[in-house]
Amino acid sequence: MKNNFFYIVVGSFFIFCFIIFYKGLNNSNVYVPNIDNKKSIPVFIANDFFSENKISSEKIFNDKSYYILNIWASWCLPCRKEHSILMRLSKNKSIKLVGLNYRDNLDNAKKFIEELGNPYSQILIDKEGTLAVEFGAYGVPETFIIDKDNKIIKKFIGPLDLELLQEIEIYLK
Amino acid sequence: MKIIKLFLIFFMIINFSQLKSDEKSEELRNQILKNIRCLICQGQSVYDSESDFALSIKLIVKEKIDKGLTEEQIYGFLKEKYGDWVLFDPVLSKNTYILWLLPILLFLLGGAIIYKYLIIKKKTKD
Amino acid sequence: MLANQIGYFSLILGLFFSLFLSGVSIRNFYDNNKKIDQKVLALSFLQFFFVVISFLGLIFSFINSDFGNETVFNNSHTTKPLFYKISGTWGNHEGSLLLWLLVLTLFIFLFLLKSNEQPKKYRILTLLFQQVIIIGFFLFILKTSNPFNYLFPIPEEGLGLNPILQDPALAIHPPILYLGYVGSSIIFSAALSAITQNYISKKWAHHIKKWILVSWICLTLGIMLGSIWAYYELGWGGFWFWDPVENVSLMPWLTLTALLHCILVLEKRLALTSWVVILSITTFTLSMCGTFLVRSGILNSVHTFANDPERGIFILIFLFILVFLSLGIFFFFHKENNKNINRIFWLSKETSILINNWFMMYFLSVILIGTTYPIFLDVISGQKISVGPPFYQKLIVPFLIPFLLFMSLGPKLNWVKSKIENKFELIMLFIISAFLSFFILRKLSSDLLFNTILISSAFYLFFITIKDLFIKKFKNFPQSVAHFGFSLLILSILFNSIFSFEVITNIKVGEKFTFKRGDISFEKIEKNENTNYNSIIGHFKINDNKGKITHLKPELRIYNQPIIVTSEADIKITLFSDTFLVMNTVKGKKYFNIRYQIKAFMVWIWISVLLICLGGLMSLFKKQYEK
Repeated sequence: MKNNFFYIVVGSFFIFCFIIFYKGLNNSNVYVPNIDNKKSIPVFIANDFFSENKISSEKIFNDKSYYILNIWASWCLPCRKEHSILMRLSKNKSIKLVGLNYRDNLDNAKKFIEELGNPYSQILIDKEGTLAVEFGAYGVPETFIIDKDNKIIKKFIGPLDLELLQEIEIYLK
Repeated sequence: MKIIKLFLIFFMIINFSQLKSDEKSEELRNQILKNIRCLICQGQSVYDSESDFALSIKLIVKEKIDKGLTEEQIYGFLKEKYGDWVLFDPVLSKNTYILWLLPILLFLLGGAIIYKYLIIKKKTKD
Repeated sequence: MLANQIGYFSLILGLFFSLFLSGVSIRNFYDNNKKIDQKVLALSFLQFFFVVISFLGLIFSFINSDFGNETVFNNSHTTKPLFYKISGTWGNHEGSLLLWLLVLTLFIFLFLLKSNEQPKKYRILTLLFQQVIIIGFFLFILKTSNPFNYLFPIPEEGLGLNPILQDPALAIHPPILYLGYVGSSIIFSAALSAITQNYISKKWAHHIKKWILVSWICLTLGIMLGSIWAYYELGWGGFWFWDPVENVSLMPWLTLTALLHCILVLEKRLALTSWVVILSITTFTLSMCGTFLVRSGILNSVHTFANDPERGIFILIFLFILVFLSLGIFFFFHKENNKNINRIFWLSKETSILINNWFMMYFLSVILIGTTYPIFLDVISGQKISVGPPFYQKLIVPFLIPFLLFMSLGPKLNWVKSKIENKFELIMLFIISAFLSFFILRKLSSDLLFNTILISSAFYLFFITIKDLFIKKFKNFPQSVAHFGFSLLILSILFNSIFSFEVITNIKVGEKFTFKRGDISFEKIEKNENTNYNSIIGHFKINDNKGKITHLKPELRIYNQPIIVTSEADIKITLFSDTFLVMNTVKGKKYFNIRYQIKAFMVWIWISVLLICLGGLMSLFKKQYEK
């Protein structure tokens, strides 16, 4: 009897592993850091894109309205693709778009904006990418939705598309 | 003259200890960087990578070491931004008790089985 | 086109023959003939033959750059050199599965050929169990990973093979690795067959030992080739990263090594019968499990193949069929072999082999748990963590100390019962090792005590095996060679990690970078054009403080299809150290980033693994002579 018990335990253990592996297959493999608790935006000082003056985060995110922070760079191809979505988003008067220019050459970035248009109410320079790290980003493009209490409520990794645009608009209501 | 000599010696000692502490902070920095996962690479550490993300992290770690943060604090900062998986060393926490303890338990279990096996044999022999 | 069709239909014919073979062998099993029907041998050859033809069909599709074949399209390009067109055949998911089938069918054919002295029913059952695996793979390939899918309209050009895979070491790494990895299937099938036939005996152990040796030697070599490739190609000077794919190849190696030791016990003393069967089953199960982990996309790794959950599910189900089949057979057929248990004393070779297994299983559990734990945690709690090198090092390295000591003393014990002779000599050798280690490490600042004890243990094994090699001469020479190789491996790895040195810096052409041990001058850049890439070669002169000058020329290659930039390190190899220099561009800047490393005793790591394989080979051929 003791032997049989042993086999049942071993058999059950393997069944357990089978189930875990099966479920593991269906989970996404791209590790996306979770935003379980809504984190506050970091406090920082950055240089403005056009004037190159220093601005503090309090001054930027001062309005009690929704903000969308978009991290972009002129050398980033998917950023080009999502730019039209950002232009559409900028037409929504209830939100403000803040751009973060990530590890970029200022001249190239300015040309990018001239060529494709400026959807941002404000652009900040993040020459070394350290500000992006403060936000918990690790690449470009990434987009954050920030609510009225200056908390990050949603993060999108990769370029935005029409589907995601609709999702954003639902969040903003 | 004596004062100048004294001053020079003092100056050199300060520089030397600065050098030593530079070396130490360099060592610490490398140690930390080797433990951070480069999130846009496939399995490389930030130390081994020259990608954008890795370069930004290297700067941030240097800044924080200069500010005087300890290794623990720097890891805490990164974990807060990116989650536990940004570090290669799975720290002993409620998520990882089983991870660290299970192999040891299995080792002890193996030892017990062998002990029983040998003792039974010794007893049956006697 | 023709090669593709031939390949595809051969594959189907192969499946047909494998089903037919299974039917014929079942009939042969139940009939009254004392010998295996010649038809069985012939059919197993045909099964193998058609897989070979199919494989050749794929190779020729690659050689001819037949981009109608989807696999060729995805993985090849007209400008690829011929050697890499051929090796590209097995450098992708579908082709490598065909390689699996090739080794599976080859091994069962060779097994039938070489096992004429074994009982008929045992041989047929081994064949049948192997057929389960073979048919499973045929179905897997035909259903989810067909290498012969044809595209219409036929594309003009292929997508190309990742250039870091275009490398000689990586070209032969899969075939050799698979001979070991997949070859363990025959041990699996033979063990299951033997247990149902109650044939676990000294005769069986003697017979299966050579299969274990062949599989083990190939697996050791295969793993080494992978490490060598990682060392010079991946550009960080490391040779082992505890990456899931590497772990997955190391796990069967651990059980196979444990099995190799246990089979000796079984052969001489008819003990540990159940454990031998468990190890035999576990080795191949770990291979299959590894295949699942790597190909299904469930784990994140440097080496992943294209990920596809459908394939993952198929492998998973197949894996668990095999596991439950083995469990069921073990449950029904295993008999307690009580007769010989009471004849083992605690101070004997059997015990030392038990201890060896104990440690091996511990190392196995560390690697297995480390690799799969993130999956369990993610599914159960949604938390994602990384398990990297620090985990494995912290749990494995301390246990190496007792392991090395047991390994030094274990082989000295005799079977059944032993007294330790030459106690004085053994203790003296240990003291010498300890002093030697301390002397070598005395300038080390961190962990002096721990490292001294660790290196002492390694030196102890080293001296003891050297003594055995020269004094005992040919008594168990293969074992001494292999153990000596292992001690050399541990010593080289330890010295490599303690005494290696690295600087990383950014540097422009014409600049000189000075560091503690010397300076590096970036002399000039040379540009070249090759068939499928353009190269930028940096000429560097390294001056060390002792006046020695080294010239290194790391290269950057810009491939055309796919457009990838790779970095080729320049390595100067000497017996004492490798000098390693790699160069990378920095985005948007005019300077380069270089990594200069001095890797102490690097070449000895490879030499010691070759010595271990040599020991295995000697053991294999010694058997032939003894006949």
